[in-house]
Amino acid sequence: MKAAFTIAGLVVLATLPWWLDNPYILHVLIVTGIFIIAAISLNLLLGYAGQLSLGHVAFFGIGAYASSLVSLGFDISLLTLKPKPVWMAMLAGIAAAGLCGWLIGRIAFKVRGAYFVIVSISFVEVVRLVAVNWVELTQGPMALNNIPPLSLLGISFLKKPSNYWLVLTVAVISYVLVKRLVQSKAGRAMVALAENEPLARSVGVDVTRTLVLATVVSAAMAGAAGALYAHYIRIVDPDVFLFIYTVTMVIMVVTGGKGTLAGPIIGGLIFGLLPEGLRAFSIKPEIQWIIYGVLMLAVVYFLPAGIVPALKRRLRWLS
Amino acid sequence: MALLAVNNLSVRFGGLLAIESLSLEVREGEVLSLIGPNGAGKTTAFNAISGYLRPTGGEVFFKDKNIVGRNTNDIAALGLVRTFQKTSVFPNRSALENILIGLHLTSKQSPFAIMLALPSVARDERLLAAEAERILDFVNLQNKKDELAGALPYGEQRLLEVAIALAAKPKLLLLDEPVSGMNPSETASFMAKLAEIRALGITILLVEHDMKMVMGVSDRVVCLSQGRIIANGTPAEIQSNPEVIRAYLGERHKRVVS
Repeated sequence: MKAAFTIAGLVVLATLPWWLDNPYILHVLIVTGIFIIAAISLNLLLGYAGQLSLGHVAFFGIGAYASSLVSLGFDISLLTLKPKPVWMAMLAGIAAAGLCGWLIGRIAFKVRGAYFVIVSISFVEVVRLVAVNWVELTQGPMALNNIPPLSLLGISFLKKPSNYWLVLTVAVISYVLVKRLVQSKAGRAMVALAENEPLARSVGVDVTRTLVLATVVSAAMAGAAGALYAHYIRIVDPDVFLFIYTVTMVIMVVTGGKGTLAGPIIGGLIFGLLPEGLRAFSIKPEIQWIIYGVLMLAVVYFLPAGIVPALKRRLRWLS
Repeated sequence: MALLAVNNLSVRFGGLLAIESLSLEVREGEVLSLIGPNGAGKTTAFNAISGYLRPTGGEVFFKDKNIVGRNTNDIAALGLVRTFQKTSVFPNRSALENILIGLHLTSKQSPFAIMLALPSVARDERLLAAEAERILDFVNLQNKKDELAGALPYGEQRLLEVAIALAAKPKLLLLDEPVSGMNPSETASFMAKLAEIRALGITILLVEHDMKMVMGVSDRVVCLSQGRIIANGTPAEIQSNPEVIRAYLGERHKRVVS
């Protein structure tokens, strides 16, 4: 039953560009999809390992910048790099974000809870300042332009449908990876730490190792989302590190249901598509934001665990 | 042979000397109880031995290795596992998942194998599930396996807690007031369970205020008061020790038990 729904949903999503010939809606779906990948990655850290990272967009931005720079090549006094193929650049972006995740994991998990929140906010601010001021490398506020789109095995990912399929594929892979992790020893250790750390340690869970694994996977996945973004939008500036993007990801995860696999997808679809949906009814921007805020408050107030757990409860109650 | 040897262990919190050069030995296969009035330093000693608290001085040898300064999870991997004074489970997970978390050290799965979904991971998960069911059977919670741990009645949560510790395959099990808050019949069945645990070859260090249980299950009893050992001997010797009676048991209890 559940498998049938999943397959039907995937078929609808995969065939969408053929029966929905509207570049604008496709664009909205691509951007939403990229945010959903980032939300899935944040959910691993926030929903399962129980660590609130308010600097999650740093990994997204690092993935975007690293991938763009490797594909464009750069020439700074320290190092010269010739332009590399985009697929290689994207892998570099994922690796760079993962490495930063490892570093943050090592440092930040010495300091936990509220201190981790502060470290994560500081981290994104430092990275943003580097992006603004290291003009030689990043062009600063002038932004990195003309970022090449991905082309792989003779297919160019310049058009919207191909980008849509690319984002959908990466999203499915991210979902599957997180699913496998949380339904195994590694995910149980993360959940155990979030629920009762002293007890988890008493049965042999290594705190640092478990949390570093969670940050590395989460950061690399956010980096992948950033790389997809950079090669789709084809321009990256320091605004990619704005706090509002982290907040958007947190809202998606929390309203959808943190610590559930479907949560970031449902939350991401609602809060990713909502502003565009409201715009379609030509509602004034100010009103749009009020509706957005009220809806968010309503979800958090009436469904504190999120939409997905509430739906699950309702389904169980019906059957 | 001493499985656990504590030598001159001291713990100081600021100006307060919580434990003052405590020395004791736990021999392989025995049940040793640590008793004493509240604030005597029993739980502090547990915390220092199991790596939750760094002692100010002294040594703790487990299987002839000095474990002072090691991480709790490394100590658990050596085979020293503890439970907690306050009920401690993973409340939002099912009873079965609680045991699966307890089996962390048994489980052999590398992160890469997990993400690639290698067949070895699925095989390991099946073994773990079977093992978890077996452990739930052992504590008679098999029909509660799908219930959330936090929703179980108090007595069953305490049993689940011991089951989680057993899942970590201890050589030495430190139980911190396992029957506090249990009614007499629950306590009696827990004492029977303790005998079964002992029969598995697990050595037990027990902190408990229920004297009926302590005197019933222990081979030896150590009495702490104000951070120091004031008596050490068989249950019968402890019950008639004048200093223990004065500091902890009281005259009335002496008459009841003797």
